[in-house]
Amino acid sequence: MRNCLTPLFAALIWCVSAISAAAVEVKAAVLRVDYQTLLPISRYDLRPDDLGFAGAVLADEDNGTTGGFLGHTYETAHIAAPPEQADAALDQILADGVRLVVVLANAEDLLRLTDKAAEAGALVFNATAPDTALRDGECRGNLLHIAPSRAMNADAVAQFAVWKKWGDWFLIAGSNPADVALAEAFRRAAVKFGAEIVEDRTFEDTGGSRRTDSGHVLVQRQLPLDTQDADDHDVVIAADETDYFARYLSYHIWTPRPVMGAGGLRPVAFHGAHEAWGATQFQTRFEELAGRYVRPEDYNTWLALRVVGEAVTRANTAEPDGVRDYVLSEEFGLAAFKGQKVTFRDWNGQLRQPILLYDGSITVSVSPQEGFLHQTSPLDTMGLDRPESGCTAFE
Amino acid sequence: MKSLVFSIALAGLVAGPGFAGKAFVSNERGNTITVIDTDSWEVITEFFGGNRPRGITVSPDGTKLYVCASDDNILRVFDTETYEELPSLPSGPDPELFVIEPAGKRLYIANEDDNLVTVTDTETRTILAEVPVGVEPEGMGISPDAKFVVNTSETTNMAHFISTEDYQIKHNVLVDQRPRYAQYTKDGTRLFVTSEIGGTVTVMDIAEDGTPSVVGKIGFEVPGVLPEWLQPVGAKVTADGARLFVALGPANRVAVVDAQSLEVLDYILVGQRVWQLDFTPDGKYLLTTNGNSNDITVIDVAAEKAVRSVQVGQQPWGVVTID
Repeated sequence: MRNCLTPLFAALIWCVSAISAAAVEVKAAVLRVDYQTLLPISRYDLRPDDLGFAGAVLADEDNGTTGGFLGHTYETAHIAAPPEQADAALDQILADGVRLVVVLANAEDLLRLTDKAAEAGALVFNATAPDTALRDGECRGNLLHIAPSRAMNADAVAQFAVWKKWGDWFLIAGSNPADVALAEAFRRAAVKFGAEIVEDRTFEDTGGSRRTDSGHVLVQRQLPLDTQDADDHDVVIAADETDYFARYLSYHIWTPRPVMGAGGLRPVAFHGAHEAWGATQFQTRFEELAGRYVRPEDYNTWLALRVVGEAVTRANTAEPDGVRDYVLSEEFGLAAFKGQKVTFRDWNGQLRQPILLYDGSITVSVSPQEGFLHQTSPLDTMGLDRPESGCTAFE
Repeated sequence: MKSLVFSIALAGLVAGPGFAGKAFVSNERGNTITVIDTDSWEVITEFFGGNRPRGITVSPDGTKLYVCASDDNILRVFDTETYEELPSLPSGPDPELFVIEPAGKRLYIANEDDNLVTVTDTETRTILAEVPVGVEPEGMGISPDAKFVVNTSETTNMAHFISTEDYQIKHNVLVDQRPRYAQYTKDGTRLFVTSEIGGTVTVMDIAEDGTPSVVGKIGFEVPGVLPEWLQPVGAKVTADGARLFVALGPANRVAVVDAQSLEVLDYILVGQRVWQLDFTPDGKYLLTTNGNSNDITVIDVAAEKAVRSVQVGQQPWGVVTID
């Protein structure tokens, strides 16, 4: 029975309360790199102009309300730049004296920007890049990952499949590098949790637009042919991070089976219909200011800035090193509408978090699943655990 | 359906003044209020309680039942004898929890969506004040002298002490993640604030003038239960101030705490997802709402043992008792 009645704690709390006289101005920036991409398969997935930024606005409001009682103010700049101007945009952010930067970019750009930020002593939060390598050999000591890794997402799906006793998988992978990487994450997850990939196929990306007027006519004829003669399987696992075929799989595959991964039941950090654990209030606050439903990019940006806000509130620091040290410490824990506190892995800077399994309209389940145990935290059953990660930047 | 008919028949038998005490349970999913006889522990009846009924309390004289109908954005009012619905009270949007002052005139309501505490006059049925507080106000406690109302805000992680004289916030105290409930001791010298995600109860001593000072923090540990499932939600202190009972949510247990030394003495196994608590007026029994097993657990307070469970409606949330 743990019981911590200590004057030390009381002193700590009153330190924090007493600082209301000493104002802290917290300046942060969100840098979003906008790539040329094809339109998504579904109109529902069209990118809003304020993607990510809307999460930052909400975070400033939420942090600012708390800050109002403590004398802390929060101001976050929003910058969108094409890839060729991303470096210049970061230079400007750093020149403006900002040392806390949330980045929405691909892994390659993120790493380069992170290294540039490191020269100025700035701390970077990764809000989108899922590459597991960034949590492994390619990690950086000034880079914290809010976005779940591909490994975490794949493990979240794998646990649900295994819980359902859907042990035989038909893996259909896309042909782009991101799809190949996701497929590899699913193969690792199958080994990790004892599932078997009985059929492993690639669905070639032959280019072109992703939806055409009445394109379903051809899809309906072609997909059954592409998916016939597969070994007996319980579930189809789609590895399509570039979003060109997986959304079409349900109902069009040869053998009637549930689809998971990039189509059907998808792992997401958050979605606009999630209501459990008080999330309804987050949704209504977000919709009121953004006039649309939240996307994972918005949630991740909000969460990155809430991490900063929590460090400012509890540790009374907005310095990059102070924030980093506090959030990596055992003291840190943040409520994030996922039923348990989120914390950071101190071996690679990844945020530990439950993963929502989403069918496009509701939260179907939340991983980690019951029965997947771990000596530290069940959340560490998803993604690179301490012994698996090759990251040394946090030692 | 059969049992409902039976319950209604039973209600005819036991209704009327002077009979045994009653417990009212709000069923969040079932949109009903279950009424239980606290002598026989039989269900008397179940009636429509508004859409998504959560916070539930009674007027000091025990005649009126107030229910936060969260999805209706109003407070529904019922007669505790006839269960007849009386005119509703304005609550502000999405009311979840509230407290009533001992005089029975003013209700203090947490509006989760609007970062406000709404003060409603139960006689004139008007809103007297709206007090801006932290993000996602939730827990509401009132000091026994009625001078302070304590509101906890779930995302700001503070307890806000609001003066009932001028509706201004006089003190803010940081507590652990997602504070849910604030409970004073009967003599008003101590305040407990539960933090669901933080997994702790913050303990404050309260000075004569109402000023709080943090004196400790209670943590919980149950062998075989993951620490992240030990989520303190509802809490009640015995009238003598000796024992604090804390509902631990998905850990399916109520912790028994020495309210003076703050030592955790025991964990009582109850139903699933235990949420809110209330004593019977004589203090003999503590009732717990168990949201995922659709029942309440009756705890013998002196023995600190669960003695029985009573099936109620779907997803019970709050409970209140009368003589």
